Amino acid sequence: MLREYLPVLLLLGFAAVNAVVILGLGELVTRTHPTEIKQQPYESGMAPLGDARDRFSVKFYLVAMLFIVFDIETVFMIPWGVHYQQLSCAVPLVDGACPAGQLSFFGLGEMLVFALILLVGYIFVWKKGGLSWD
Amino acid sequence: MTDFAEPGALLGALLPEITLLLGTLILLLVGAWGGESSSPTRRSARFALGIVGVTAVAVVFAWLRGDGFTTDDRLTGDGFRWAIDLVLLLGTAGALAIFDTEQLRTRAYQAEIPVLMLLALSGMMIISASRDLMFTYIGLELMSIAVYVLAGANRSSARSAEASIKYFLLGAFASGFLLYGIALLYGAVGDTRLSALGAATPSAMYLVGVALLLVGFAFKVGAVPFHLWTPDVYDGAPSPITAFMAACVKASAFAMLLRVMAEGIGPAIVHWHPVVWWLAAITMVVGNVVALAQPNVKRMLAYSSIAHSGYLLVAVLAYSQEAAAAVVFYLLAYTLATIGAFAVLGIVSEGRETTVTIDDLSGLWHVRPGLAVALSVCLLAFFGFPIAGGAGFFAKWYVIQAALASHTPLTVLVVVLVLASVVSAGYYLTAISAMFNRPRPSQLPMPVQTPLLSGIVMVVAVVALLVLGVFPTPASRLAAAATLRAAPLATPVAGTMTVSAPTVAATEDAGSTP
Amino acid sequence: MTPFYRFQFYLFALMAIGAALLFVTRRSPVSAALWLVNVMFALSGLYVMLDAPFVAAVQVLVYAGAIMVVFIFVVMLLNLGRPGQLPDLREVAPRLGAGVVGIAILANLLAVRRDALPTVALEPHADNVVTPVAELLFSDYLLAFELTSIVLLVAVVGAVVLAKRKAAP
Repeated sequence: MLREYLPVLLLLGFAAVNAVVILGLGELVTRTHPTEIKQQPYESGMAPLGDARDRFSVKFYLVAMLFIVFDIETVFMIPWGVHYQQLSCAVPLVDGACPAGQLSFFGLGEMLVFALILLVGYIFVWKKGGLSWD
Repeated sequence: MTDFAEPGALLGALLPEITLLLGTLILLLVGAWGGESSSPTRRSARFALGIVGVTAVAVVFAWLRGDGFTTDDRLTGDGFRWAIDLVLLLGTAGALAIFDTEQLRTRAYQAEIPVLMLLALSGMMIISASRDLMFTYIGLELMSIAVYVLAGANRSSARSAEASIKYFLLGAFASGFLLYGIALLYGAVGDTRLSALGAATPSAMYLVGVALLLVGFAFKVGAVPFHLWTPDVYDGAPSPITAFMAACVKASAFAMLLRVMAEGIGPAIVHWHPVVWWLAAITMVVGNVVALAQPNVKRMLAYSSIAHSGYLLVAVLAYSQEAAAAVVFYLLAYTLATIGAFAVLGIVSEGRETTVTIDDLSGLWHVRPGLAVALSVCLLAFFGFPIAGGAGFFAKWYVIQAALASHTPLTVLVVVLVLASVVSAGYYLTAISAMFNRPRPSQLPMPVQTPLLSGIVMVVAVVALLVLGVFPTPASRLAAAATLRAAPLATPVAGTMTVSAPTVAATEDAGSTP
Repeated sequence: MTPFYRFQFYLFALMAIGAALLFVTRRSPVSAALWLVNVMFALSGLYVMLDAPFVAAVQVLVYAGAIMVVFIFVVMLLNLGRPGQLPDLREVAPRLGAGVVGIAILANLLAVRRDALPTVALEPHADNVVTPVAELLFSDYLLAFELTSIVLLVAVVGAVVLAKRKAAP
């Protein structure tokens, strides 16, 4: 069972080795001639202004919070989608299919209720201007 | 998948909750869509009052019809659920009316605050209906998250924000303990239903789960030594929200505590009985003694609410059907007194940033006798004074009766209760004598004219308290119908509160000698 | 239990404990938060070993992803200043208290350790890793699922009430 995760492990190992190799190579082959300009943090070619530890606007928090809420909503949709075939069948599946005449709206209905409640939240945020920056 | 409730059965069992939620969602959308209104917040509060009324009708209807049970035993429609729901609805209605008055004066609140109160209320109603720890937990989170936001409702007040963040951090901590306990109980039993927990033989894992559960509950009801958040949060939150927390959140937490203890963790009673015994004793003593030293009325009421948690824990410990009825009656009286007291304080405080001190109450009788009388009745009800204190006296009386009639009479605890009540006279009577005996200092501003809704709340609270103080029978009979029951009456009563006397025997001794 | 399985268990467990220790001892909130990400990853490794890959994936998506983003945002919002300049709030008494609570929980878990666990109600589905979760969530715990949407709604409304500036009159 864990064998399936071998690629994940390989990828992790590759990432780790890659990081070490790149940093190590840079360390080995470069010659350092530090000047004041070179030591400054790189900010897309602009002269860096002020401290990086600036206070962020609370608007970022609102965006992050909305992101989390709708992210979690999606997490609930994954098992629902996977299980949908069984949920929309009034009897257990036969050979992976629902017997004729046994379709039910149970699966659809429960997600509709869930999604509608969140839709109310979405409309609320939209109307209150939570999605606009200013 | 053999025994899950059909969607139709679920709808039927949750009709009042669904009514409430539908109304709330509509209110949220109406508020967002705006429309012309001079004060959207007050319109929202009045609309919310209407929703509370409709829900109360649905609750009464469901109680009369014996609705609310599901076959999978995860929801119950017993009298306890419906009675607690009615107390919660009463408290919310009062808090909404006080909120309306407060908004009239300060204009500090957004139109979503009543919506959040209703959403918190829906969580509380789920708690009182649930016989499954998962549902209880989700209901609790629904209530708690809404109340964290409510505590910070006044965005122009730094103290309100402080109360919100303190409440949030400690509440989240308590929820963590609770969830840990639920996880361990599930691990030990393999089910989250209270009926399954109640039928299990306690193992070590079960006991650890119960211990963590108790820590979480003690935080939520504000029992000493887990009470430290209470004064700061009660003091910092806006008055209507404090009233909502003191009345409804407390009632809901005790409904949860009582149901889980009576139906769920009964098998471990030998282990938790002494713990809760000490918790109740310390809570009563510390709450009342510390309240003596509080000049700030809101902080004084916060400590008084801690002390009331202690009295209610005595009733929970008595562990009988009479105790469940006593808790319901107590919560009814306590809710009425809380709502009445905060309605008066809301008017006396004049919307100042600093909260009312006892000195601010001096001579209130000479300028506004009505307010002074209303506050006195509520404080005497907290104290448990006969006649003048109204239903408060019978509330304590029923608790004492239940405690003495329990399988193992809680005599020592009752003595502590009575002595602690005597101590509480120190601060309740100080406030009352300040209102009547001291002259009105000239520099104190005249309280504003009582707005209609607040006036109604005061009159209803005071009259109900006084009437119940003379004729407690109707309410106590109603409370006695508020029994814990697993299944509809027609079927054989299973899973009722069943505690055999031998199990509880000797725990009283264990409690009094550590 | 194969030696390889045991090796993996100790690998992830030690990773989680080590990262957690670093997490609580960092002075800079940002590096503490990044160590917390490591804890989450190690835990998700343990979930995979427990035959719960869906939970593991959600752990990474929601905790290591979304929740951490909010943590970092809040740290930036507060703008505490450079780690060296911060007064250390963690004084002796709170540290002792936290230590005592930690030891108490450890003792509790040791007491639990020897318990016989109930037989597992759910068989792992080899073909479909989400089904065991979905089966319970959408039948027995249907109400919990629907209530979750209300909880999320409360979170949305709460965030807007607390963080959104009032519309200009």
